[in-house]
Amino acid sequence: MSLKSKHLLGLEDKTKGEILEILDTAKSFRKILDRPVRKVPTLRGITVANLFFEASTRTRTSFELAEKRLSSEVVNFSASTSSLSKGESLRDTVENIEAMQVDIVVMRHSAPGAPHFLSKRIKAAVVNAGDGTHEHPTQGLLDLYTIREYFPKLEGLKVVIVGDIKHSRVARSDIWGLNKLGADVALCGPPTLIPLGIEKMGVKVYHDLDKAIKGANVLYLLRLQLERQKGGFIPSLREYTQLFGINSEKLKLLSDDYIVMHPGPMNRGVEITQEVADCDRAVILRQVTNGVAVRMAVLYLSASLIRPLEK
Amino acid sequence: MKEVMDSQEIKRSLARIAYEILEKNKGVDNLALIGIRTRGVYLAERLAKIIGKLEGITPPLGTIDITLYRDDFQEIIDQPQARGTDIMFDVTGVNIILVDDVLFTGRTVRAAIDVIIDFGRPKTIQLAILVDRGRRELPIHADYIGKEIQTKPNEFVELFVKEEDGEDKVVVMKKNEKR
Repeated sequence: MSLKSKHLLGLEDKTKGEILEILDTAKSFRKILDRPVRKVPTLRGITVANLFFEASTRTRTSFELAEKRLSSEVVNFSASTSSLSKGESLRDTVENIEAMQVDIVVMRHSAPGAPHFLSKRIKAAVVNAGDGTHEHPTQGLLDLYTIREYFPKLEGLKVVIVGDIKHSRVARSDIWGLNKLGADVALCGPPTLIPLGIEKMGVKVYHDLDKAIKGANVLYLLRLQLERQKGGFIPSLREYTQLFGINSEKLKLLSDDYIVMHPGPMNRGVEITQEVADCDRAVILRQVTNGVAVRMAVLYLSASLIRPLEK
Repeated sequence: MKEVMDSQEIKRSLARIAYEILEKNKGVDNLALIGIRTRGVYLAERLAKIIGKLEGITPPLGTIDITLYRDDFQEIIDQPQARGTDIMFDVTGVNIILVDDVLFTGRTVRAAIDVIIDFGRPKTIQLAILVDRGRRELPIHADYIGKEIQTKPNEFVELFVKEEDGEDKVVVMKKNEKR
């Protein structure tokens, strides 16, 4: 057992076996979250730094909760309050953090590959909490965990990801993970929001929503990233909603056995209607709870690989 | 490899321990058994079965995985997989019988007590052990003991069970003959 690397940079470089090991480990942590005392002493004495160079509320909170429930020591560092705004380079910031003898660094950065850069320069284990439009591996893992709760066998499962694929690191991590576990992945969205050549990742591409979601088991809706639409990728929000928005009528096209997922935050009334977001097949809040357990598993497995190497 | 207990001895020890548990706790009321993974779980199941036969009521059964509560997390190189703790009953106010195969340093039991206390506040926690091999590193003792044996620090005491190994026995092994 045990993972090959102490870092979690993306799901692209993880094997099926490694992904399954993280998911199976997360099961024991998920149980802890249902106990009266939702905390274990496992990572006492381990220090984790959360480096968020890009705004984040839920991912940062989820990581912080996971760290605290494992009894590690936590330091937070966010771009707005850091010396980055005073012109310090990423490398200098990181060397300073290293000098503080941190064991694990959780990093979000707007530049794809920033955590990879970091992992080659410091001794600490690096966990990618989202790098630009590249990957968001812990989101991918928590999505896989949640899907497995409803569909234990992923082989042949029909998953459709709808929305802004182009700007979505979530989509990329999900595609890597789902493909490795044998699911059948399709993407759907306006041509301007689907990167050219993405079929090479082993997915089908649709621009017609009804065709894409017919018979699907998992309908995964992405947030239409309003802040990234300045490039004129869609004519109007209204048109996007009409062509790619999901309402209760659309759910009838899915398989009888289906779930609806969303990484949050949702734009209610844009990619998802109120009714769909609150229906009993929507597992969106379950994803959030599972996220803490999955992040606990990632931190635990990374931590178990750092100490022996240092000695 | 030296055999220190055979299947008959194990069976008789467990039967005696079951009687001792019932005697000390005045029956099966408010009693629960918790086995420590992995071998303690088999023993807890067998004790529950014996008690059930004697009293007509089988006490609730739980399992504990102490992986996340170890005090040597930063020292062991090959982390065992955390397999989870299952305690599906309320431990508060209950007499808990903690069951494990071998009592050695006492560190596993220390961790297991911490796990139970994170679930609530039991009335008592009592310890049932099949083999006490001595050499404690913590002030911990067993309330029910199958057999006491003398061992050297570099020896291993291992329980084989029908369910996993095809036969019931307890053996003492040297370091290099570890299975």
